[in-house]
Amino acid sequence: MAAGAKEMNKTNRKYRYGMVIDLDACTGCGACVVACAVENNVAPAPAKVNDRTSITLMRVFQVKDPAPMPARKTVFVPMMCMQCDDPPCEHVCPQQAVELDPRTGIVDQMVQRCFGCRYCMAACPYHARYFNWFDPEWPAGMEQTLNPAVAPRMRGVVEKCDLCHGRFHEAQDRAALEGSDNITYQPACAESCPAQAIRIGDLQNPEDPIQDQIRKPETFQFLVKLGTKPKMFYQSRRGWVKRLAERASPNGNSNRRDA
Amino acid sequence: MRSGFFFFAGAALMLLGGWVGLPKALYKQQAQPLDFTHKAHVVKAEMDCTSCHDFRQDGSFAGIPRIDNCAACHAEPVGTTANEKKLVEKYVTPEKEIGWLVYSRQPINTRFSHAIHVRKAELKCERCHGEHGKTETLRPFEYNVVSGYSRDIWGRSISRLRRASHEGMKMDDCMDCHKEKGAEAGCLGCHR
Ligand code: SF4
Ligand code: SF4
Repeated sequence: MAAGAKEMNKTNRKYRYGMVIDLDACTGCGACVVACAVENNVAPAPAKVNDRTSITLMRVFQVKDPAPMPARKTVFVPMMCMQCDDPPCEHVCPQQAVELDPRTGIVDQMVQRCFGCRYCMAACPYHARYFNWFDPEWPAGMEQTLNPAVAPRMRGVVEKCDLCHGRFHEAQDRAALEGSDNITYQPACAESCPAQAIRIGDLQNPEDPIQDQIRKPETFQFLVKLGTKPKMFYQSRRGWVKRLAERASPNGNSNRRDA
Repeated sequence: MRSGFFFFAGAALMLLGGWVGLPKALYKQQAQPLDFTHKAHVVKAEMDCTSCHDFRQDGSFAGIPRIDNCAACHAEPVGTTANEKKLVEKYVTPEKEIGWLVYSRQPINTRFSHAIHVRKAELKCERCHGEHGKTETLRPFEYNVVSGYSRDIWGRSISRLRRASHEGMKMDDCMDCHKEKGAEAGCLGCHR
């Protein structure tokens, strides 16, 4: 059995998925946000919710530079879970409901285990986590559109982006059937972006085209000084946009879209 | 003294009642819409599991076959059984799907990849499904009245003592095999 076990582990190639988001290409259309909600079975928000109580596994922030009007410039920043390599959300969870998967580098959220204390939401510097304040409800007939690869969540648990794990599963199945070890897939946000501003890659594969992107001088990450080792990279050739990266919140104290 | 006797006799009676009655109260039975003999297909028609339970091109597992799969051979009855007659008249001709009740259906938050287990790890179907392929008749489908899950998930034996090696499809059963083989899957390996 031991030999068989070794054999199996040898063929289980490891990945470290990360993404590069080109802020100069992003037009702020929000297609990624919609595609994400559809892919991950996020129910339509009930009328009573607000910014704080609704669920959007990814958001597109609109950020303006401080210059007065005619000179004022705008950038749109798609933000989701940064899939930190040293995730504070994992460290604080008393339920061990968060796990950095050593095989994929994806930070798994185990909604089945989560009991809703929301420590992780407080710990996450990127506001990437959302609490289910209500049970999900789909208008009659719309449940037909649910994605069978993703289980809907219930009231009382926290959820977040898991880099379209359902799509990863499908890619894994495909690779297993073909006898290949190459698991490549596109998350819904990357696939839906008309400007192709979002690209996924394997950060530990030296041959992956994402390596060239990461080494470009215009590539940066948000809040690296916190040391959570995020795996999402951003690009912009605009200096003021790059300087945003070390600010705690893009608009001073408020992260509302219209601020 | 007397009251002690009544206490223990009462307790024993309750325990016995629970032991015998609980399994009956916990599970409900439902008959399959149609009987099916795996044996005739495997032995007489010399088919194997994948003749009907196969993968789709995209790597997903098709599971229980659809009616056109049956229709490929049973457009007209090939035998003389009443059951086959029912298949042709009630399902194949009107092209109606048979609402099979799936013994091994997992909860929706569970993902099981047949591709990885059957192709990559080369497990036999029997490892988890037992000798289902040799049965002559479909046993009634039993489900837990609280969770709605098929009885096969927990396994036939409520105490889980003396169970067959394939029996039980709970997370612990999966994990036992995974530990034995040193195959780590992580949480989202099997959940979604
Ligand atoms: S971005 Fe937040 S939720 Fe995602 S891994 Fe980092 S700390 Fe956790
Ligand atoms: S809310 Fe859930 S996932 Fe977050 S820390 Fe608490 S138990 Fe863990």
